[in-house]
Amino acid sequence: MKVDWSTFWPRIIEATGETITMVILTLIFASIIGVVMGLLLFVSRKGNILENKIISISLNVLINVIRPIPFIIFLVAISPLTRMIMGTTIGTFAAVFPMTIAASFAIARVVENNLISIDPGIIEASKAMGASPFQIIFGVLIPEALGPLILGLTFITVGLIDFSAMAGTVGGGGLGDLSMTYGYQRFDTSVMIVTVVILILLVQISQFLGNLLSRVFLRR
Amino acid sequence: MIKLENVSKTFEYKGKKVAAVKDVSLHINKGDIFGIIGFSGAGKSTLVRLVNLLEKPTSGEITVNDHPLNSISSRQLRQLRRKIGMIFQSFNLFNSRTVFGNVAYPLKLENWPKEEINRRVTELLRFVGLEDKADKYPEQLSGGQKQRVGIARALATSPDILLCDEATSALDPETTGEILNLLKKVNEEYKITILLITHEMNVIRSICNRVAVMENGRVIEEGEVYNVFSDPRENTTKNFISTVLNDRLSPHLIEKLKKKQPTKFYRIIFSGEATSEPILSEITSKHNIKFNIIYGSIHELQNQLFGNLIVEFLGDDPVVEVVLNELRMVLDVKEVELA
Repeated sequence: MKVDWSTFWPRIIEATGETITMVILTLIFASIIGVVMGLLLFVSRKGNILENKIISISLNVLINVIRPIPFIIFLVAISPLTRMIMGTTIGTFAAVFPMTIAASFAIARVVENNLISIDPGIIEASKAMGASPFQIIFGVLIPEALGPLILGLTFITVGLIDFSAMAGTVGGGGLGDLSMTYGYQRFDTSVMIVTVVILILLVQISQFLGNLLSRVFLRR
Repeated sequence: MIKLENVSKTFEYKGKKVAAVKDVSLHINKGDIFGIIGFSGAGKSTLVRLVNLLEKPTSGEITVNDHPLNSISSRQLRQLRRKIGMIFQSFNLFNSRTVFGNVAYPLKLENWPKEEINRRVTELLRFVGLEDKADKYPEQLSGGQKQRVGIARALATSPDILLCDEATSALDPETTGEILNLLKKVNEEYKITILLITHEMNVIRSICNRVAVMENGRVIEEGEVYNVFSDPRENTTKNFISTVLNDRLSPHLIEKLKKKQPTKFYRIIFSGEATSEPILSEITSKHNIKFNIIYGSIHELQNQLFGNLIVEFLGDDPVVEVVLNELRMVLDVKEVELA
């Protein structure tokens, strides 16, 4: 049975809203956690401003354990934790929790990589000026890495749109849910095409915004 | 001002111990422009970083402005570092900040009020000649301009000491000259003691009053620039000096002189008072012989002249011998070995 488009459009719009909500909320929470973790990863490295072997090794092990797990499996695996914290495992908001956890670890690595690419001489110069580690982190590391960091976060956002589609399949709602239930399982190619086109548009828009923002900070 | 007593620094690299600085003792006086010269790997980069504890010494004592650094807390160290400016070979400017923002940063660390920062930064940019570049970003500047920003930034908190880590090594000769003049101005106008490291003897000759030569982590020779240039003892020092004084004969010229043997050639060094009197011409004309200058140079060092000539005397051997003896009483005369 084909869908009736006159009643189906509102559902598509609603699902698009759910997807955007999931992505934006995840991006906000995951950026906060990810940036903190990434900074910790960087400053605790050997020879860095707050060298700390224990933090460095434990964070690295944790990230390397979580990151290789396929998201769809991770989603199911941590559902007891999701239920404990969010009260439910179903719905858009519940999906934000596993997405945030998974994205945080990815962002942590992106942040670390961008910080590593800062010329160590700049950090040395800040130390020589008498800056404290705290002042170096917020006055030097973050502003210096901001341009590439925004591009990294844009890359993550595009990944999140993909995550949100998967979260949809386990009751998260959104465009992924729609394209799976109507497009894939009911063999309605037109629904699949419409949802995929919207997903592509979302990706294009986020990439455009990310490029724009990073250009402001990179000045090129 | 800066005292290093038997300071050593050993790095551990892949389980192996590498001694970068070995048992160095130096006293740098207030107002000095003290140069440390050495080839790369001589340990000078590590040595300069010991002064503001960017590297911690493995042993020995360092005193800066009468503060012993051995027992300093990290808070005291940050305070001390604000009185020690530092500039770098690769400038190390903040790319995310404008020229103004770079110079203002050390003042922000000290929580200066905004108007005070504006006033101070404007004054510093005028001093380094970049008042029209305040809103530019480092990537829009030339190397020389970047180093000027580096200098303005290092001077922001009115330090007593300026450390220069190969500050001109990434610059072309003309810009190097400009930056060296600026450093001299920093020393004279702000009375800031400068400790610089370099591998270019030209830098030492141009602005330093004292020099230490480093090799394999040790200071092998040290003294007033004029004295070291006019009477170097170590081979490495001589090599460095010959890079700026052209005091060595080329193999080609040596071959040419060999063909004139048994004629003898003499190297005559003029230094101090000897440079202002016509000694060579007086003594030779008294004995009625002629001389021929084959090669040489005269340089100004620390406002004194320093000459280095290779000369051939045209006359009978006994007379030449008398002339040489008279010359030796006032000048440094050596026979040139053509081997």
